[in-house]
Amino acid sequence: MILEPILETRHLTHTYSMGTPFQRDALTSVDFTVYPGEYLGVIGHTGSGKSTLIQHLNGLLKPTSGTVLFQGQDIWAAKERTRQIRFQVGLVFQYPEYQLFEETVYKDIAFGPANMGLDGKEIDRRVRQAAEFVGLKEATLEKSPFELSGGQKRRVAIAGVIAMEPAVLVLDEPTAGLDPMGVESILKNIRDYHEAKNAAIVMVSHSMEDVARTADRLVVVNDGKIPYAGTPREVFSHGAELEAMGLGIPKVTSVFHRLRQLGLDIDPSVYTMEEAVSALLARKGGRRSC
Amino acid sequence: MLKDITLGQYFPGNTVVHRLDPRTKLLLTVVYIAALFLAEQLVSYGILLAALAGCIALAKLKPKTILKGLKPVLVILILTAVLNLFYTPGETVLARVWIFTITLEGVWTAFFMVLRIMMLITGTFLLTYTTSPILLTDGLESLLNPLKKLHVPVHELAMMMSIALRFIPTLIEETDKIMSAQRARGADFDSGNLIQKAKALLPLLVPLFISAFRRADELAVAMECRCYHGGEGRTRMRQLKYERRDALALIFGLVIAAVVGVLGWMGL
Repeated sequence: MILEPILETRHLTHTYSMGTPFQRDALTSVDFTVYPGEYLGVIGHTGSGKSTLIQHLNGLLKPTSGTVLFQGQDIWAAKERTRQIRFQVGLVFQYPEYQLFEETVYKDIAFGPANMGLDGKEIDRRVRQAAEFVGLKEATLEKSPFELSGGQKRRVAIAGVIAMEPAVLVLDEPTAGLDPMGVESILKNIRDYHEAKNAAIVMVSHSMEDVARTADRLVVVNDGKIPYAGTPREVFSHGAELEAMGLGIPKVTSVFHRLRQLGLDIDPSVYTMEEAVSALLARKGGRRSC
Repeated sequence: MLKDITLGQYFPGNTVVHRLDPRTKLLLTVVYIAALFLAEQLVSYGILLAALAGCIALAKLKPKTILKGLKPVLVILILTAVLNLFYTPGETVLARVWIFTITLEGVWTAFFMVLRIMMLITGTFLLTYTTSPILLTDGLESLLNPLKKLHVPVHELAMMMSIALRFIPTLIEETDKIMSAQRARGADFDSGNLIQKAKALLPLLVPLFISAFRRADELAVAMECRCYHGGEGRTRMRQLKYERRDALALIFGLVIAAVVGVLGWMGL
């Protein structure tokens, strides 16, 4: 890609509890890039450092060493800039529904835009649009967020970040704890935002299946480093190494890896059901005797 | 930032002091505090200080951790020192500054007061540093048991205390998390005047309270699911038992207190 990255970390290192017996390196010299308008999947299991990484992207954590650049400029250059970055790089935490606090859904979604210092009309437009993106009905806006169901609360919380209209939207396990239908519809909402605003999406997950289907590019975080980054196809070609990290590859991919081990001449880098079907059909077409 | 708060922090270890029965340690702390208030002069303070230092050495605590614990009371210490220094009347005047006079008695009182507060705090720290919160509440419950005859809900109080202690780290973690989440939406907790700062806390406090109530609710259900119904007929997994070392420690503590008491009575 020759595109300029929109968000980038250079030799980012973060050490927790520096200078105490509990000192621990969460990230070591990480180079991480997000390109404008891409859909990026970040995978890593619990404790791999992925949560630490994303909290650097909008300046919630300060690097122990290394830099974080937004549009080529250091986000820690000035105090006011660091705060502005938070509106440009929207971060949705895990279980975001626990951060709701306002009397009405409308007011809660408006919290971010209001902090940006926008005027009432613009805030209103953004709140309604954000609510539409996540599929909240007009009537829900006047309800108290605390009388909604868990899935609805999650939507409100995500809308609260979308309403800031960030150029990069970072989501930490946005589908954790939802039923399959809820997962599908939230993933679709995020894709809608991605397409409508041409915003970059950084989707953090520990589930390969979830991100493999939608991401243009994958970044694997393990033990505070990034061992693999690239298209899903490239990343999944390291099947065995990924398994060793405790990060299973999509089930179809592992089936294909096994088929190849059994001596079948087949491309093992498929990762969606559709690809698997066409790969198998192609083989069948090739050898009529089957 | 918030994680740095040490509130009755426990440092696990396996020294004699750690192994003492919590009841012994609680009683010894009470005796020690009483003795501290009986102490009048250098000799008695010296004896108590030696005993305290001995216990700290036995518990293998670093002097640095003790000093760190004293940091929050620094302001109180300085205030005490200054007030005693200037407001103690006496005969031997050392210096006069404007309307203030510093007397020899003032210097001694200030010195002893500061020493007393420091020793008081260090002594109680020694208790919480070497006793896990669970054992501490167990010990407290056992010591207060006689009050049950007076219909004081001792078990319930102890249970409440251990639950509260248990949830302090959880709540601190939760606070950190919610603060980050609201900061990500542009909340600003650090700047502005007092009213603005108080208002900025709302997005933090509301979710924190809601989650605390939710946790309390879940905990209550979980406890009821396991048939918890208060202290009546409840047995313990860990029985408290007095050992020989407890008797020795208690005798040792009482002797020191008696010596200090007698010395104080003799005006030493």
